[in-house]
Amino acid sequence: MQMRHWMWLSLLLVVAGVALIIWRVEVYGYPLLPGAEDETWTVQARVRIDPEEGPVKLTLKLPDKTPGLARLREDFISRGFGLDVQDKPDQRSATWSIRRSGSSSTLYYRAQFYRDPENQAFAPVPAYPDVPRLDEPFATAMRSVTDRARQKSADIASFATAIIAEINASAPSEEISLFLNSPEYTGKKTEVAQTLLAAARIPSLQINGLLLVESERQSELTPWLAVHNEQQWLFFDPVTGDEMLPDNLLVWWLGDTPAVTARGAEITSLQWSVRRNLVTSLELAERRADEHDSGLAALSLKQLPLQAQSVYATLLLVPLGALVLVLMRNFIGLRAFGTFMPVLIALAFRETGLLAGLVLFGLVIAVGLILRMYLERLRLLLVPRLAAMVTIVVMLMLLISLFSAALEWEVGLSIGLFPMVILAMVIERMTIVWEERGPGDAMIESAGSAVITVLAYLVMGLDVVRHLVFVFPESLLVVLGLTIACGRYSGYRLTELIRFRELSISQ
Amino acid sequence: MMNPISRYRDLRRAGVLGLNARNACYIMTRNQRRLYPLVDDKIQCKRMLQQRGIAVPVLLDSIRGQYEAGHLDKRLQQLDKFAIKPASGSGGDGIIVIVARRNQRWISAGGSAYSLDDIQFHVSGILNGMYSLGGQPDAAMFETLIEPAEVLKSIAPFGVPDIRVIVYRGIPVMAMMRVPTRMSGGRANLHQGAIGVGVDLVSGVTHAGVMQNHVVELHPDSGASINDFSIPDWPDLLAMAARCQQAIPLGYLGVDIVLDERHGPQVLELNARPGLAIQIANQCGLRKRLQRVDALGEPESMSLEERLACVAKIT
Repeated sequence: MQMRHWMWLSLLLVVAGVALIIWRVEVYGYPLLPGAEDETWTVQARVRIDPEEGPVKLTLKLPDKTPGLARLREDFISRGFGLDVQDKPDQRSATWSIRRSGSSSTLYYRAQFYRDPENQAFAPVPAYPDVPRLDEPFATAMRSVTDRARQKSADIASFATAIIAEINASAPSEEISLFLNSPEYTGKKTEVAQTLLAAARIPSLQINGLLLVESERQSELTPWLAVHNEQQWLFFDPVTGDEMLPDNLLVWWLGDTPAVTARGAEITSLQWSVRRNLVTSLELAERRADEHDSGLAALSLKQLPLQAQSVYATLLLVPLGALVLVLMRNFIGLRAFGTFMPVLIALAFRETGLLAGLVLFGLVIAVGLILRMYLERLRLLLVPRLAAMVTIVVMLMLLISLFSAALEWEVGLSIGLFPMVILAMVIERMTIVWEERGPGDAMIESAGSAVITVLAYLVMGLDVVRHLVFVFPESLLVVLGLTIACGRYSGYRLTELIRFRELSISQ
Repeated sequence: MMNPISRYRDLRRAGVLGLNARNACYIMTRNQRRLYPLVDDKIQCKRMLQQRGIAVPVLLDSIRGQYEAGHLDKRLQQLDKFAIKPASGSGGDGIIVIVARRNQRWISAGGSAYSLDDIQFHVSGILNGMYSLGGQPDAAMFETLIEPAEVLKSIAPFGVPDIRVIVYRGIPVMAMMRVPTRMSGGRANLHQGAIGVGVDLVSGVTHAGVMQNHVVELHPDSGASINDFSIPDWPDLLAMAARCQQAIPLGYLGVDIVLDERHGPQVLELNARPGLAIQIANQCGLRKRLQRVDALGEPESMSLEERLACVAKIT
């Protein structure tokens, strides 16, 4: 039973860690690999008004639901105006109001969107429209167009396509021309289509959208047509009649009402613009998690102050280095000075780079060893001797830094980040091993330490690894699980295969 | 070039015990942690063994505090043959063996001369934990010098040989003799170059030894054969080793025994984490023997005679 216990614990930790990672990747889109980027789109409506006497009230329709897109954030910039956002299910809008406004002012609405294929919400299911009551000759024209379209169609989708095709024909029929040339419908093909669809009691909505395309100049609104076929919304290009919805069409508002209405002021201009931004997937995922206010998902190192972040970015690597150490010691069987010395040295190497780190480290150790041999003659007690070694190591580091500064060798300066106490202990331990067990053992342990240090450095330096532990601190659960599993390994070490070679029985 | 996988299987088939398995399956499960200090502190261990009537080298003196080290000259006045040891040392580190005194200088087994200052410095190093596990403050002990039995001279002409017996759950399972060489500086430490000589557990007769992982049949210093040497009083030695487990109930225990010319067999020290080189010296894996002991049921509850009777069964 006890044997099973560790297995379950280890498995549980690994599964929990992996599950948390997968959850955050799948639901919030945290990037598994470093450097991934996502697109976001910033759309902006800019309204200039010239106020008249008295209070001003201005209402702007706001984008709400667009299939395939989701809103990350929105901002309102309107100095001096009171703001009220109405979240009605069919139409969001913002109302700015001010009691007295002297000069003309500019109001901005800005929102950021990202692609989200999961999000397919659109407007609520509408009621069946009444057949429009039109005067003659429009009523007759409407009837004949719908009759013709009905004959050419099988269902609501093909009916809508037929209607739109007829409206957009290069040589429109007499009936369509009648509509398009009447003052009421001039230039409003979408409304003609809606009227004709209503004649067949088919619910439809006019979409006023913005195509999310990077453009230097201001963007134009794109009208689109949504038709409900009693089960779902179908989207039609009002010009070609194709049933489709561009994946970059942002639905700003619905219906044929204007986007902005103002009372007590004259709207002098209304401009739309679209800008494309690249953000790292990490940033996007974090903002998304933040928006959804999900405690665990939003649990991120990015919430820490910048300085603490960089501390943890390093600290989180230590367990991985320790795992490398466990593998090297218990599976390979390498010997090293001190238990965690190689990991700490490897951390210090991150600042200097591997080669320069090894050279500097070797230099300090070599000079330190010589001085330690001299200290041996002074017969100092253990703790004062260690304190003296720390002092000597610090002075050596300073000397090397000064020397590198004079030579303008910048890497040499970063030796100041070496863990000096560890260095002093390495020198002490090396001396004792050297004297007690001989130079051979000292060399073996040095080589073992060096190999573990280099491997730990390489593993801790992998971009993927650093990204993973930083973005998914829960990966430490996996590391812990693996470490526990390693702790129960009772097989031979690689070096023992050589050590006990005389004992092997070959068949 | 060896194939690691087939080598791994071969070692497994041979029942070789690896370090990981020793730690996980035997030391951690059979050795209670609270007993470690009893063996790690040799002064305490000596006391426990004496209480059980097991012969040990006499403790001449011990020093625990730095202030005592100051009066070392008075304490050492009467002594000219002794060994200085850290009470919690491991692997033979920090041991100085003094064999004679000339004027105010003590001569070590290796031939170096030590002044009082030198000895004082060594003692304070010991007290400061230089040789103890984790640098814990330690005690220095002065032990009577062991005079190896004359009969051993033919196999071990140099230094003090000792006999390591692995006692598992009260039953001796494997033994070797550790023969010092000039290379090991007179120490019975295998990694310093002493010869590990396999000993037949039932008869106490040696067979080929291993030095620095190479099989040797002759002592490198004297050229004398190390095979077929019959260790005197072997049954007593085995009984002594088995009784140590009763004094300190560690399930997996290494017992180091020396044969003194005047005092006979004495237990030098106990080891809660005995090394695995004994397998190489005996050309035999430990694991199968340990498993046979486990198959006996509850060997701890057997009498000494019953346990010694089991030795022949498990080898």
